[in-house]
Amino acid sequence: MTQVKTLLTTALIGAAAFGLNAGAAAAKDLRIALQEDPDVLDPDQSRTFVGRIVYASLCDKLVDITPGLEIIPQLATEWEYSEDGMSMTMKLREGVVFHDGTPFDAEAVAANIDRSQTLDESRRKSELKSITGVEVLGPYEIRFNLAAPDATLLAQFADRAGMMMSPTAAAAAGADFGANPVCSGPFSFGERVAQDKIVLNRFADYWNADAIAFDSVTFVPIPDTTVRLANLQSGDIDMLERLAPSDIPQAESDPNVTVASEISLGYQGITFNVNNGERGDTPWGNDSRLRRALSLAVDRDVINQVVFENAFAPGNQPFPPNSPWYNTNHPVPARDVEQARALLAEAGFPDGIDLEVQVANANQPQQLMQVVQSMAAEAGINIKLTAKEFATLLADQSAGDYQASQVGWSGRVDPDGNIHQFMTTNGGINDSKFSDPKVDELLNAARVSTDQAVRKASYDASRDILNEAQPIVYLYHQKLLWALNSKLQGFTAYPDGMIRLEGVTWAE
Amino acid sequence: MLAFLARRVLIAIPTIILISVFVFALQKLLPGDPLLVLAGEERDPEVLEFLREKYRLNDPIPVQYLAWIGNALQGDLGVSLRTNQPVTELIAQKLPVTIQLAVMSLIFALVIGIPAGILSAVRKGTVTDYIANVVALSGLSIPNFWLGIMLILLVSVKWQLLPASGYVPLSEDFWQSIKTMLMPAFVLGTALAATLMRHTRSAMLGVLSADYVRTARAKGLSERVVILKHALRNALTPIVTLTALLFGELIAGAVLTEQIFTIPGFGKLVVDAVFNRDYAVVQGIVLVTAVGFIFMNLLADALYVVLNPRLREQ
Amino acid sequence: MTDATATDPVLASRPENRVWKKFRSHRSAMLGGGLVAFFILIALAAPILPIPDPAATDWGAVRKAPSWTHWMGTDEIGRDVLSRMIWGAQASLLAGVVSVGIAVLAGVPLGLVAGYFGGWPDAVISRCTEALLAAPFLILAIALAAFLGPSLTNAMIAIGISATPIFIRLTRGQVLNVKSEDYVDSARAIGLPTRKILSRYILPNVMPPILVQATLTIATAIIAEASLSFLGLGQQPPAPSWGSMLNTAKNFLSQAPWMAMWPGISIFLVVLGFNLLGDGLRDALDPREH
Repeated sequence: MTQVKTLLTTALIGAAAFGLNAGAAAAKDLRIALQEDPDVLDPDQSRTFVGRIVYASLCDKLVDITPGLEIIPQLATEWEYSEDGMSMTMKLREGVVFHDGTPFDAEAVAANIDRSQTLDESRRKSELKSITGVEVLGPYEIRFNLAAPDATLLAQFADRAGMMMSPTAAAAAGADFGANPVCSGPFSFGERVAQDKIVLNRFADYWNADAIAFDSVTFVPIPDTTVRLANLQSGDIDMLERLAPSDIPQAESDPNVTVASEISLGYQGITFNVNNGERGDTPWGNDSRLRRALSLAVDRDVINQVVFENAFAPGNQPFPPNSPWYNTNHPVPARDVEQARALLAEAGFPDGIDLEVQVANANQPQQLMQVVQSMAAEAGINIKLTAKEFATLLADQSAGDYQASQVGWSGRVDPDGNIHQFMTTNGGINDSKFSDPKVDELLNAARVSTDQAVRKASYDASRDILNEAQPIVYLYHQKLLWALNSKLQGFTAYPDGMIRLEGVTWAE
Repeated sequence: MLAFLARRVLIAIPTIILISVFVFALQKLLPGDPLLVLAGEERDPEVLEFLREKYRLNDPIPVQYLAWIGNALQGDLGVSLRTNQPVTELIAQKLPVTIQLAVMSLIFALVIGIPAGILSAVRKGTVTDYIANVVALSGLSIPNFWLGIMLILLVSVKWQLLPASGYVPLSEDFWQSIKTMLMPAFVLGTALAATLMRHTRSAMLGVLSADYVRTARAKGLSERVVILKHALRNALTPIVTLTALLFGELIAGAVLTEQIFTIPGFGKLVVDAVFNRDYAVVQGIVLVTAVGFIFMNLLADALYVVLNPRLREQ
Repeated sequence: MTDATATDPVLASRPENRVWKKFRSHRSAMLGGGLVAFFILIALAAPILPIPDPAATDWGAVRKAPSWTHWMGTDEIGRDVLSRMIWGAQASLLAGVVSVGIAVLAGVPLGLVAGYFGGWPDAVISRCTEALLAAPFLILAIALAAFLGPSLTNAMIAIGISATPIFIRLTRGQVLNVKSEDYVDSARAIGLPTRKILSRYILPNVMPPILVQATLTIATAIIAEASLSFLGLGQQPPAPSWGSMLNTAKNFLSQAPWMAMWPGISIFLVVLGFNLLGDGLRDALDPREH
């Protein structure tokens, strides 16, 4: 025993002296590689996926989710809708402080909701639109009054809209809060060097401090997937997010690396311009038979196999097939070239038809679309690919200057977030400008009901219509992949892609 | 000479303004709306409109430019649309990194390229010459990303000799800083070395057959003296021009190499900024690179005069 | 050499034939010429060679190592790499040669004017060069793609423009160096027209570094075409180019090394060929080496 101890001490001294950062000896800092550099670190202003990964360690939310997407307490301990669904009362955790020492209470929650709703720069306004008033009922009790029943509210509180910032710091910093964010999460903000690192330090007064095993977390952006894995293998980092599917065999063959995975909440597909300006007025926009033909012409299993090493999940709806919201009456269609050709002929194009699809200039989308292009050609659909950088692609899509566009959605905890804003007539990001009064009615109904069965019935009914219309041809659901040092234990994969460090430890 | 330098520095000011107008205009003409990306996936129209106002994107382009240059003259280069960080802070963080990488790669390039060029010119047509040429051209045609990833896999993953990536400031830990920069500087240096080697070789071949070199040889001077003192000095013009240009390009950043070794320099920053239409960041970096290019060109012009005394009379 | 002159005095007296003879006796230059000719031939013969369609996919043969059916293996979506290499030669050779041509044709005259005349032409040209150098290549490329539309031709224009400054600076530096030489001074003194001085005395001294740079820039241009095709400017998928093949191969370096190997080797050989050719030309044209 003593011998082991001496050895360990020697190793520690050695590691410190030579500045080695590899191995379990220096277990106190956890280095996580992100695919890109996060944007501004203000939960009300930020918009990137990687930003949310940093928040998972920095900012606690009112509620959290389980891997099975159930809502569980975090800063709020209990909640209850009123009978008519027009308000929600929440009880808050006691004894919580922000990183700057400001106590967390109902006033703080009220200030946070107010900031999310009124700060000019806030990107959270639409997420909290249903809240019309906030009443502080006691130091740890608060009520949200709603304009209409809102089934999505709790899911919003489980993400950036529910992240609590220190009201003192937020008032002092205003829109510049992101330069030095102060929240109440397990780690407090240390320093940030753009495109180099974000360092968070352990917060000693964290309400759940016992669950945290690291003195600090450092996030480093490493955009190249191969290099990200090489860094993990060389011991320069301890964990990485979004392992490329093609790197799975290499990661799994290394005994020092563990791979974790979970199907994401989002989807990828091809959005058609159905009615967005002049370019919506084409056979592709006007005749749903053509869109269905394309959907039948592609082999989703082969796409998954060729492009994603069978690691992802083929899909045909906004929710992955394993989701409780998935409509099992419309399973992922098998490829049927004959049927596709028949639909083309029915629509008046027996000799084939051209289609221009815009695609982001990244490797994976281009590989995907070249596969689709090749499959569609066999059914008589000649796809012309137009590569665009993302800023242009989005601008053209929003302005209606496109025929079809290969895009996706990162996904939301509540099903509403994956469909309402795309498929309702006035949906904020309905770039195809699809419009159907029945779909509007069904999706609005699903939004206000808190009865799961009622909601499910509404979504199922809307799917019956949308499956005929196909304004978006869904192709697949990404699987989120993490690779970590095998000595790290207790990591749980979540479908929202966040890295929660509670309970994660170094094995001895 | 001093007057010449002073005049050139004065001329540099309108040049920089010209460059900033040029890049500003070009950026504004690019397609794509940065705010659609910045407003988040939901693209709330209210937020979009507010941001347009805040960053004055609704103003006519000349007004936007004047506002920018007005602030720039007071030392305020604006903030990054993406991270809200002040551009001056970003530049201050990245300039030392970029300069360190540039200097180290250039040292690699000069130390390998020039001697190899001289050697292969002196031994023209021999095996040494062929080998030097093939090695140099491989250095040029091997893609940086390939060399970089191979080096990481071999040196860092397999042998665990050098850190795979990252950056440590010189002031924090001198040797660690040099160590982390070694592989990227080598990767960048190989391609530059190839260019310098080829030019040195060609220029030396030209000079070695010139009359004054023959005279020097005839006078019985040692081959070493002939080559280094008489020939090399006259062969240096294209090498100086190139070194200045290459250094300028290195300041603008080496995107792929920086990306592979995750070095927080200008290259990655400017590419991200262009893609996100982060106007202020692009403008700020262009300003710095422009100063870099002007300074290097100035240095090159001054060196021409030093190398060729006859230019002094003009 | 003397033999040749003795056997055929008439031909040898004509300078262009002397250059050709010298060039032909230059073994490495012939090798370079052979390499370049080989790739050009292959590129031209692509339509008649018995190879599969470069866009034809085979889902059963994704990222397969070289074999008898696919001599160079297959790529990430099961296309024959050999066929793509042959068809890609067209795009890549064009991208390399045309963009360098643009850069030389624009850069050398501008550099001559700036260096020889000095004064305000020099000031204007030099300032514009600096502006072009300072403007990030990506901005130029995206702007061009937006205004001219995406195509291989426009990619070549973008690459050509961004490669021009180096030729301006090289020419200018070289001109500055030789214009104060005695023979140039005396040529001016006897009243030779500027055009003659430039073409007879200055240009020959400018050519060696330009030739070297041009042969080197071909490599960078071929690789730059890849980043542009990635941005949507340049070769449009699924049509291949070596650069874009290399670009895709980057993601499969450990799983499918051959995807990077073939385009890498080909670019190397083409660049080697052009450089050897350039060396030969340089020696053959050098007035001092008789």
